[in-house]
Amino acid sequence: MSDYRIKGETGEWEVVIGLEVHAQVTSNAKLFSGAATAFGAEPNTQVSLVDAAMPGMLPVPNRECIRQAVRTGMAIEAQINKWSRFDRKNYFYADLPQGYQISQLYHPLVGEGSLTIAADEKAGIPSDKVIGIERIHVEQDAGKLMHDQHPTMSYVDLNRSGVALMEIVSRPDMRSPAEAGAYVRKLRSILRYVGSCDGNMEEGSMRADVNVSVRKPGDEFGTRTETKNVNSVRFVMAVIEGEAKRQVELIESGGTVVQETRLYDPDRNETRSMRSKEDAHDYRYFPDPDLLPLELEDAFLDECRASLPELPDAKRARYLSEGISAYNADVLTAEVEAARWFDALLEAGAKPVAAANWVTSELFGALNRMGRDISDSPVSPAQAAELLGLVADGTISGTIAKQVFEKMLETGDGAAAIVDREGLKQTSDTGAIEAEIAKVLAANADKVEQYKGGKEALFGFFVGQTMKAMQGKANPQVVNELLKKALG
Amino acid sequence: MTELTNLTVAQIRDGHRAGDFSAVEVAEAFNANVAGAKALNAFIVETPEHAIAAAKQADADRAAGTLKPLSGVPIGMKDLFATNGVQTTAASHMLEGFVPRYESTVSQKLWDAGCGMLGKLNLDQFAMGSSNETSYFGNVISPWKRKDGGNAALAPGGSSGGSSSAIAARLCPAATGTDTGGSIRQPAAFTGISGIKPTYGRCSRWGIVAFASSLDQAGPMARDVRDCAIMLENMAGFDPKDATSLDMAVPNWEAALSSDLKGKTVGIPKEYRLEGIDPEIDAMWDAGIAMLKDAGAAVVEISLPHTKYALPTYYIIAPAEASSNLARYDGVRYGLRDLPEGAGLQDMYAATRADGFGPEVKRRIMIGTYVLSAGFYDAYYTQAQKVRTLIARDFEAAFGSCDVILAPTAPSAAFGLGEKMADPLAMYLNDVFAVPASLAGLPAMSVPAALNREGLPLGLQIIGKAFDEQGVLNAGLAIEERAGFTARAEKWW
Repeated sequence: MSDYRIKGETGEWEVVIGLEVHAQVTSNAKLFSGAATAFGAEPNTQVSLVDAAMPGMLPVPNRECIRQAVRTGMAIEAQINKWSRFDRKNYFYADLPQGYQISQLYHPLVGEGSLTIAADEKAGIPSDKVIGIERIHVEQDAGKLMHDQHPTMSYVDLNRSGVALMEIVSRPDMRSPAEAGAYVRKLRSILRYVGSCDGNMEEGSMRADVNVSVRKPGDEFGTRTETKNVNSVRFVMAVIEGEAKRQVELIESGGTVVQETRLYDPDRNETRSMRSKEDAHDYRYFPDPDLLPLELEDAFLDECRASLPELPDAKRARYLSEGISAYNADVLTAEVEAARWFDALLEAGAKPVAAANWVTSELFGALNRMGRDISDSPVSPAQAAELLGLVADGTISGTIAKQVFEKMLETGDGAAAIVDREGLKQTSDTGAIEAEIAKVLAANADKVEQYKGGKEALFGFFVGQTMKAMQGKANPQVVNELLKKALG
Repeated sequence: MTELTNLTVAQIRDGHRAGDFSAVEVAEAFNANVAGAKALNAFIVETPEHAIAAAKQADADRAAGTLKPLSGVPIGMKDLFATNGVQTTAASHMLEGFVPRYESTVSQKLWDAGCGMLGKLNLDQFAMGSSNETSYFGNVISPWKRKDGGNAALAPGGSSGGSSSAIAARLCPAATGTDTGGSIRQPAAFTGISGIKPTYGRCSRWGIVAFASSLDQAGPMARDVRDCAIMLENMAGFDPKDATSLDMAVPNWEAALSSDLKGKTVGIPKEYRLEGIDPEIDAMWDAGIAMLKDAGAAVVEISLPHTKYALPTYYIIAPAEASSNLARYDGVRYGLRDLPEGAGLQDMYAATRADGFGPEVKRRIMIGTYVLSAGFYDAYYTQAQKVRTLIARDFEAAFGSCDVILAPTAPSAAFGLGEKMADPLAMYLNDVFAVPASLAGLPAMSVPAALNREGLPLGLQIIGKAFDEQGVLNAGLAIEERAGFTARAEKWW
C-alpha cells in the first residue's frame, strides 16, 4: 500500500488515480485508409480521400492495426474479444473531418487485463503492485489545428487524421504520483517490447488523460477531474500532485470538486478548467453503419500470440534466476533495446552476472558520456563478449578491462587485439611479483610495523602499491596470496 | 428505322453490335432529347460531350472488334454518384459547384463497360424525399399527366425522380438510382418503368454520397426487366473499398432470365392489405397474382407481422445515420462555406449548415440527432434496431414457404407536385410497402403493371430472398410479359 498522503488542514487525504493512455499504433498506414503515418511530414501530405472525409468515402479496417492492438492485449494478459465493433463518436471540430471519430465504446477489442509495477522503496512503492486495465479500444486520431500561420484564420493539418490509436484505460488503482509514473513507464516498456507503439511521448505517440480524485482514506471515491493530453511521465506526476493539492484545498475551503475536463499548462505547472460536465458533449455514440462487426479467427489470434517477444516481467525473472541483481535486472529490462542488446551479449557467451555489471556501469556510462543510445553503441555485443571473456579467463584484470574498453571505443578494434598490441596481459609470474612486493614493503617499513601492530586495513594499501608497481597487470589473487605470505 | 431513343438498352447494344446504327448516332439522338426537355428539369448537369466521347470509343471498338458489354449505350447518372471532373451535388446547395477528383465504383464500372454519360440526374436533396421536391435545383416534373382534363404537374417519385422522369420521357434508356427506403422502386412505379434494388452489398457504396449507410443501395432503372438485369450485371461486384460490400461473384442475370415460374411459390403478405387504400391498387395486385399463377407459380398467403413497425423503424434508423453522415458538410474542407464577418468556428458551422441544407434534410438531421442523444438512445435507436431484426426475421420465416413476395410498390399513383409537401407524414407513407425490404436488405424491384383510371402507371413490387436477384427478375419478367404495359407519356415538354 502506498502511504502517499496529502496533508490538509482536516487531516490526511489519499489520492486516487486512473489513466487513459492513448498510444499510436505502429503501422505504415492509417486505421481506415491507406495513407502513410510518418511523423514530421509536410502538412496535409499524408491525407487520403477517406481521411479528408470527402463525400462518399468509406472506411476499411487496416488489419495490421487490429493485429497490433490484439498483441498489446495479449501482452497485458487481457481478454481478447473475438467479436468487437466500431462506434461513431459524434462531435464537430475543425480537426475532425468526418464530424465523428470512429472508436469503440460498446464492444472494445480488448477487455480486462493488468500490469505489475515493480517495488521501488525510494519512490514509496514498498512492494510490487498489480494495476488493473479495464480495456483497450482502437480509434482514429484527429488532425491538428495550427493557429500561428495567419493573423485571423486557423489552418488544419490532417496528417494525423485517421491514424490508429489504442486507448488503454486503467482501473483507478493508483494511489501516488510515483505509482502513476511507474505505470506509464511500464506500459510504455511493454508497448515497445511488443512493437505496437514506439512510445515516443515527445512526438505525441503516447499521451495520457489523467483522472484524479481525493478522499479521506477508507472513504468512497471522490469526484474526479480529467486532465487531457499529458505528454510526459514527469508531467503526469506533476498533474497528479498539483491536481490533488488543488482538490484538497478546494474541499477544505468549503468548495466541491466538479467533474470536468482540465488542461495542463507545463510552463506554469498548473491545470485549468476546459469544460465542465454540464457543457460536456453529447457524443451520440452509435455503431458505425459503414463497418461490419470485427470478428477474429483463431488462426489470427494464434499468429498474434506466437509473434509476441519475451516480455519485461518474464525477462526480469529470467535474469534474477541467473543471479543478476534486482537493480540490474530492472535497469536492463526497462528499455527493449537494452534488453535485446544484453540478450545478444549473453548469447555471445558472456557470463550473466559479470555481463550485467559491466553493461549497467561501463557500457551505459560510456554511452552516456557520448550521448548515444544503445541502439547505436560503437561496441557490438560480440565485441563486448570478447572483452568480458578475457576478464573471465584471467587474461586481463577488471582494471585493465576498463582501459581496453576505452581503447575499443577509440579505435573500434577487438579486445584481444588491443591486449596483445599493448601488452596488457595479466601476469601470474610469482618471481616478478615477489620482487615488487619486497620493494614496496622496504619502502614502507613504518606501515609494515603498523600493520603488524594490528592495523589490518593497511593490507589494501599494500595491494594497491604492488598493483601500481606492476602497472595493473598482476593477477590480483596472486598478489594477495604473496603479500599475505610476505607480511607473515 | 425506328427512332433510336425508343430503343431499350438491349436493343441499342445489339443493334450497335450488328451495325444497324453507330453509337454516335445514338448519343446524338439522346443528347437532343435531353436538350429539348428542360421543362422536366430531370438533369442538374448535362454532359453531351461525355456521351459523344464514349460513343466514338464504342464505334472504334466495334471496328476493332473489341466491343464491351455496354458499348454504345448512353445512360443517366443520378447526381448522388461522384463523377471525376463533373459536378456532384446530391441536389444540395451544400455541394453546389463541388467537382470530385474521384469516380464512384458503380459509375466507373459502367464507364468500363462502355457506357457514356448523358448527364447528372436530379434527385431529392441528399436522396431524402419521395417526390423530388426537396432538390435545391428545383423539382423534377413527371412526363405523365392525369387524363382528367387538368394540367397538374405530377411528381416523378423520389428520390431517384430525375432518373425515372428521364427514362419515361426517353431522355435516356437507363439510369442509375439509389434506394434507401424505396428511392428506386417508388419513382419507377410512378413513371411506368422498371427498377431494381439489389441485395444490400451487391453494389459498392464507395463514391456515392451517403444518406443512411446501412440501407443505401445502388441499382438500375430502365424501361424493362431485361435492361435492369443487363445494367445490374455491370454495376454490381465486390469492392474492397466498401467494408459492407458482398464478396460474391456477379451472376449472369440476363442469360438466366426466364418467365417460367413452374415450381415457384409466390407469397402474398396479408399485412400489406391496407385499410382505406385506393381499390385500384388492390385490383392491380390481384391482377398481378393472376399473372404469376398464369406463369406457373403457386400462390400462398404469408404473414409479415412486424410490417406496421417498419415505417417508424425506418424513420429512426435512417435519420440517425444521416445525422452523422452529413456532419462532414461543415464548411471546412469543401462545398459551401458561409463565414459571416467576424465569425468563429461555431458561427461558421451554423451559418453554413443553415444555408446549405434544405428543410427536409434539416428535419432528418434533427430527428436523427434526437434519437441518438443521451437519454433517448435506448428508447429509439436501440429499440428500432431490435425491430429491424424482427422485420428481417419475418422475411426469413416467410421465405420458408415461398420464393418471392408480391406486393404493390406504392400505396397510390403519382401525386401532384405540392400536394404532400406540407405534410411530411403523408409523404413518408408513400414508402410503406418499400421500406420493409430495405430494412431487411433484400432485393426488390418494381415493374409497371397497369394504368389507373386517370391514366397513370401503377407498379408491382417483387421482393426476393437475399442474393436471389434472379428470382426477382424472373417474376418481374413474368408480370411484364403478361401486363403488356406499353403506355407512355405523351410529349408535352
